[in-house]
Amino acid sequence: MSASFDRLTQLCAKRYSVDASIIKAEGDIFETLGIDSFQAAELMSELEMEFDVEIPDYELQDIKTFGALSAAIDARI
Amino acid sequence: MVRWTLRDGVYELELGRDPCNEIGTTMLAELERFLDVIDTENASALIIHSSVRGGFSAGADLRELYNGLMDVPEKEQEPRLRDFIDRIHSVMDRLDMLPLTTIGVIHGICFGGGFELALTCDILIAEKSARFAFPELRLGIVPGFGGIPRLRRDVSNAVVRDLLLTGRSINAKKAVACGMVSQMVPVGAGLRAARKSAEQANKFDPEARRTCKAFMKPLPREQLDEEKEIFVRLASRPVLQAALKKFVESDDPRPYLP
Repeated sequence: MSASFDRLTQLCAKRYSVDASIIKAEGDIFETLGIDSFQAAELMSELEMEFDVEIPDYELQDIKTFGALSAAIDARI
Repeated sequence: MVRWTLRDGVYELELGRDPCNEIGTTMLAELERFLDVIDTENASALIIHSSVRGGFSAGADLRELYNGLMDVPEKEQEPRLRDFIDRIHSVMDRLDMLPLTTIGVIHGICFGGGFELALTCDILIAEKSARFAFPELRLGIVPGFGGIPRLRRDVSNAVVRDLLLTGRSINAKKAVACGMVSQMVPVGAGLRAARKSAEQANKFDPEARRTCKAFMKPLPREQLDEEKEIFVRLASRPVLQAALKKFVESDDPRPYLP
């Protein structure tokens, strides 16, 4: 598992009031968190500030799962 | 729906149109109505903020734009585009040049035309949730509501070129770092911070305040006119209609994520 996955899980669970155990590496981000596109954009801002990284949108375009998202964060740390 | 109040010399203009303050003819008419009645003699500041959850504004109403173009014969499309863009430029220019200290409060999405609306403000305060982008190149056009001239006036730099030429979005911290935004505040604290700024503006001599703004922030007239021509030329091509068709017909749950 990538280095950022646990922090990503905790942040998402707290932010969207979901049980951290339902966040799986292969889980779909939108479906698991029940968020829309506006909330997803806010989540990106939170993640960038939490991890002190910048992740251009085009690097996230095909990312659907938490595992892929944490890998994208790791690549920018 | 656009609502406003005037209290102690400060106007508060609330953008409250679901889902995310898309700018089409309805929003435009409401902004015109506000500008027609605003009392600039007895006010010192204007705060523009959004009351919708998604953010400040997602930009132009692309569905209305697409339907509007599809409703008319091809030869009438360019005049229709030109009418709309002339009207929107007039609103943006009037907001930009108001003899008041104007403060924009940004949360969530601030994309495209919404970002251009924000750029008419003298001061931008962004909550930590704010995200800024110019996704126009993805539609085969350039920002057409005066955005590029206003960005060039304020902060022409490498970050701005990155924003425009890749369509990527940036967060509030980055927007402050590159000079587009002057204050970053916690989520939910934007309006309070704006009211404090407005109170400060209210203390100053009106003539000095107005003169300072006019001297510091001239309208980039020639560039705005040039932008209109560029926009209409690019937007009149089939590329835009194809992109809008794809957008309108898409069932992708993430249409606002570039």
